Amino acid sequence: MDSKNLTLFNRIKDSDIYFSFIKSPTAIVSTVILIIIFFCSFFVELVTPYNPFDPSSLSLMDAFTPPSWTEDGLAKFILGTDGQGRDMLATILYGSRISLIVGFSAVIFALVLGVSLGLTAGYFGGKYEMIIMRFTDVQLTVPSILMALLVDGIARGIISRELHDEMAIYVLIFAIGISEWPQFARVSRAATLVEKNKDYVSASTIIGVSNLIIMFKHILPNIMRPVLVIGTIGLALAIIAEATLSFLGVGVPPTTPSLGTLIRLGNDFLFSGEWWITFFPAIFLVILAFSINLLGDWMRDTLNPKLN
Amino acid sequence: MKPKNLLKILLAFLFVFASSQSFAKTIKWSMQGDSLTLDPHAQNEGPTTQVSRQIYEALVTRGLDMSIGPQLATKWKAVDPNTWYFYLREDVKFSNGQKMTSEDVVFSILRAKQPTSDFKEYISTISGVKAIDDYTVQIKTSKPNPILLNQLSNIFIMSKQWSNENFAVVPQNWDAGQETFSATNAMGTGPFKITLREPNTKTVFKKNGKWWGDVEHNITEIQLLPIKNAATRVAALLSGEIDIVTDAPVQDLARITASAGHKVESTPQMRTIFLGMDQAADKLRSGNTGDNPFKKKEVRQALYQAIDIEAIKKKVMRGLSEPAGIITFPGVTGYTKALDKRLPYDVDAAKKLLADAGYPNGFDVELRCPNDRYVNDEAICTAVVGMLGKIGVNVNLFAQTKSKHFKELKDDQGDFYMLGWGVPTLDSHYVFHYLYESGASWNKVNFSDADVDAAIRVMEGEVDLDKRNAAIAKAWKIVRDNIAYLPLHHQVISWASKTNVNVPIRPNNEPLFRFSSVN
Repeated sequence: MDSKNLTLFNRIKDSDIYFSFIKSPTAIVSTVILIIIFFCSFFVELVTPYNPFDPSSLSLMDAFTPPSWTEDGLAKFILGTDGQGRDMLATILYGSRISLIVGFSAVIFALVLGVSLGLTAGYFGGKYEMIIMRFTDVQLTVPSILMALLVDGIARGIISRELHDEMAIYVLIFAIGISEWPQFARVSRAATLVEKNKDYVSASTIIGVSNLIIMFKHILPNIMRPVLVIGTIGLALAIIAEATLSFLGVGVPPTTPSLGTLIRLGNDFLFSGEWWITFFPAIFLVILAFSINLLGDWMRDTLNPKLN
Repeated sequence: MKPKNLLKILLAFLFVFASSQSFAKTIKWSMQGDSLTLDPHAQNEGPTTQVSRQIYEALVTRGLDMSIGPQLATKWKAVDPNTWYFYLREDVKFSNGQKMTSEDVVFSILRAKQPTSDFKEYISTISGVKAIDDYTVQIKTSKPNPILLNQLSNIFIMSKQWSNENFAVVPQNWDAGQETFSATNAMGTGPFKITLREPNTKTVFKKNGKWWGDVEHNITEIQLLPIKNAATRVAALLSGEIDIVTDAPVQDLARITASAGHKVESTPQMRTIFLGMDQAADKLRSGNTGDNPFKKKEVRQALYQAIDIEAIKKKVMRGLSEPAGIITFPGVTGYTKALDKRLPYDVDAAKKLLADAGYPNGFDVELRCPNDRYVNDEAICTAVVGMLGKIGVNVNLFAQTKSKHFKELKDDQGDFYMLGWGVPTLDSHYVFHYLYESGASWNKVNFSDADVDAAIRVMEGEVDLDKRNAAIAKAWKIVRDNIAYLPLHHQVISWASKTNVNVPIRPNNEPLFRFSSVN
């Protein structure tokens, strides 16, 4: 086991990607920030003693406490509290967990759907390809937020109100995923078109390997680089889309707020001087999306040298 | 040039100057929600009446000082305790030029008594109305009614001919979601007329040139532009896009006052906010216990004592509310300070009451709230959810826009809900008749008590004020001891406007633009 691990480590250490990574300060900084954010969000119970989702643990008299370093601040609420007496730091971390879960799930959903359609379209060609690609063209003309709003609106019509709050997160994932899949379909089709004329594909065809195995076992690993680049940038977009939808009030319910919901709730207090209620979730969202974007840019430069 | 010509030229300049000055005096008015309907008899709701009041008029009306005075009727007399004569103004025309006569008054009062009217409770004692001649109306009551004038001040007069022509003879059935011509169009005798109506977006009122009264205002146009989001509404006011906001968010008053071009006025409002709990249903629609905990007085009292109203006052209302013990306020006949005292806030007592009632682990229930009707309505509900969570009552908050909230309440869908109640007649009878009488239209807690019903009959027919007040006091004591509702607080309203816009603030939150000016 030991030697195998060592070789894997050595393989990583010797790779172009690792070399490029340690030469890029932006990549290192953004990765460190993202690791911290991910850790704090997914192990938030270890980081903070507060549970903002449990209304009975809150005290209204704690509401509107400013950040701890200001004059009226309290040490137990580092970033202050919101209008319901929830600790801002805990609320933001719980909120970013929801944002990240929605973002990741939506991107994985879009990736699976987009890549399977794009890959098969590129591989089979003909009318099937035309139909799929015209479909992506049509959908790309519809702004993704509009698409997501449409899906949410339909879901609200179908799902009963009692279920809606529980289903809201799945609706959101579906809505964002469905609005992002054309990107993946186009990229994977383009890459498939290049790959399918290569000798290894012809060789597989000649020895009678089935289409399914050629596509998903042989071509798929070779088109993953551009797809991962799109996926990383797509993650940042999905998180922002989630925040936008929640800000517009069609996302997750206020009792289990995501970052976008928090910004919306804090927005009411912008004029009254309680800036921290909206400022901290907003700056957190900016840092999160910016770090993912920087990492995505670095991945694009490294994994896809042709783009340079 | 001759001096005479010079004078003419000067006068001409002066005229142009003066007329361009008075040319467009527009007030852009905003609040969080819109009027629900323009039909003046379809919905008895604050903002709806606020809009109707600018277009329609009643026989008598409350002035700026809230006292009753003549409007369409110049004088009135009661020839016996059950027969009233109203003498109408003879120079009143509707905004389409028709003359208003007693036929219109008779038609309107009968219209407001139709089953689809939401104002029928106001005039339930009126047993007959007829036109004696063109300008005299006789009103008969089924028993002596000491508050008839107060009630009539909310019955708006429509044109019989216009209603006939536009299929508006009966009020719009708002509860059933009916759409009618009269719901989107209005034609009255008031100082303004509506020229554009886009519900929830924009309503334009123009000065009614045919109005009979002495014009004391200098406004040519009012635009009502509802803005639901509090911060957006304040931003619109501060940027000059809006001239007056009649429900300025409490958290932003300091910011608005600090702005050089703006002013804020506050006054205790004639409105009490409370929570209702359905006490009749066998099983809560949103519960988990299979029965209805609200049937037990201990449970209602536990919820009452679990609410820290001072915290809500301090944090949610920023001091601008007055904790309430009954659903009425100073100035209303029957109000006393002793009645208005709340049960003490006591979480331990509440827990014990809940355990004694057989719910030691609490229960689940849904709290329905409007989110664009009362001052910080949704925030109050959110605070209540947390406070009730502390005694184990797991409340699921469902906040929605007021039109849906009210409609679903009337449709008996609420177990536990928020409502606010104003008293336009300034008499306790109004509160009992709508909220406490068995089967009353807004009695959605299904409270029923024979003694209270009997006391309401006394309030309607007793002209001996001492006896009447005794009945009111008795009824208040019964409903208060029963905890029929869970009172929260009396609202304080704040109007914020540009400094050059003068709209006198009134405790019923109803602007009277006929007394307003823009400088």
